[in-house]
Amino acid sequence: MERHFHQELKELKEDLLKMGSLVETAIHDAVSGLVSRDSKLAERTIKEDEKINTREISIEKKCLQLLALQQPMAADLRFIVSTLQIIKDLERMGDQAVNIAERALILNQEPPVKPFIDLPKMATLVESMLKDSLDAFVNRDVKKARNVCEGDDQVDNYNEKIFHELLSIMIKDQTTVSRAVYLILIGRSLERIADHATNIAEDVIYMVEGRVIKHHAEEKEQSAL
Amino acid sequence: MITYGGNLDKPKIQVSNVNLWYSDFQALKNVHCSLRERSITAIIGPSGCGKSTLLRALNRMNDLIEGVRTTGEVIIDGNNILDPGTDLVTLRKKVGMVFQRPNPFPLSIYENIVFGPKIHGGVRGKGHFESIVEEALHSVSLWDELKDKLHTSALDLSLEQKQRLCIARLIAVKSDIVLMDEPCSALDPQATQRIEELIRELKKNYTIVIVTHNMQQAARISDETGFMLLGELIEFDKTEDIFTKPKEKSTEDYITGRFG
Repeated sequence: MERHFHQELKELKEDLLKMGSLVETAIHDAVSGLVSRDSKLAERTIKEDEKINTREISIEKKCLQLLALQQPMAADLRFIVSTLQIIKDLERMGDQAVNIAERALILNQEPPVKPFIDLPKMATLVESMLKDSLDAFVNRDVKKARNVCEGDDQVDNYNEKIFHELLSIMIKDQTTVSRAVYLILIGRSLERIADHATNIAEDVIYMVEGRVIKHHAEEKEQSAL
Repeated sequence: MITYGGNLDKPKIQVSNVNLWYSDFQALKNVHCSLRERSITAIIGPSGCGKSTLLRALNRMNDLIEGVRTTGEVIIDGNNILDPGTDLVTLRKKVGMVFQRPNPFPLSIYENIVFGPKIHGGVRGKGHFESIVEEALHSVSLWDELKDKLHTSALDLSLEQKQRLCIARLIAVKSDIVLMDEPCSALDPQATQRIEELIRELKKNYTIVIVTHNMQQAARISDETGFMLLGELIEFDKTEDIFTKPKEKSTEDYITGRFG
């Protein structure tokens, strides 16, 4: 017979996935709002953030209840602890999407600095990292989670590239400074979102294997022995 | 943070290749484990898994059951206690036991405690026994509440006091290993909590092995935990690892309640 508790864990998982899909939409809308200069999309991201925040609080509450009332052990404990971590990352991603959207609203009022080339590619990569980290969570797929962690370097490279490109544009033409800075900040937001996706992937590995891989914790523990 | 007493290079109890049969039924199958000195080891597992049998193998209490046959080695302080030549009285003085239902003798509190020392140590002066009683009752935090009624019947005590008294009896004969078979299962939650605190205190001087159905209790008080299933010791590891990341699927299934 399945325990009532395990049914509640399933519901918790579904709640987390719903929150994840809200965040995916928020990021996608914010970036599309910028690239296609569609301010309606950007506004939607800003408006929908409240839903993400509400979900974070309700999931956190559910986790605390389960911890207090069910005293979960082993895989169940790791699942709940991972969920608590993941919702923090998702919520921060939502905030970064809002940052992107707010800057998009300003940039959409002004002429473009240059055509978008790398930024949409970077955004696609970031979005796929989030999607893969959530897939890895659902399917307890450690391999996929590891791939997400590896994707982070590529995102950092894009960010560097975009930064330098915009820097040289600013140096050449000072009228672009404020717009270029906003774009740099958008790159920075995408880079942060990728970091949060990496955190989620690391939590998935902890959840499945009980191993802490972030900050190279295991290697440090080994060398301390 | 969990602190261990002794180290595993010199375990207090070394169980090697222990098999035990009740007539035709094999209750223990090839059990191996090393128990540290001055630490608390919990044995968990479903009913009938052999955990109480393993506990009773550590002071040969199973010998009292007809048709029992044990093979393998249980080395305590360098001696294989399964040797036929083992003096069982000395063994059970060294390796004391606390049961599920507290079982004080139908005697006074005082007589309960001096019973063991009298048998083991012969007749000594009254002052000698009085100091043993005081020390033993102090160790289990009963002295202050009972010092004025030492000569009343132990049967009038509360369940918790009786259980503490049974632990005090072991202290009085200077056991250094204490086996506990569900020591709190007859107690209410507050009494359970206080006995758990006592067990932690006792760890400073004693090696404790506890069998419990209460997984939270095992998680709360023990340093190491063994999970048993159908007579086998499936997994034996640090308690923090057993309850957060067990290696064996059956351990995982048992402690998360997904069993069967």
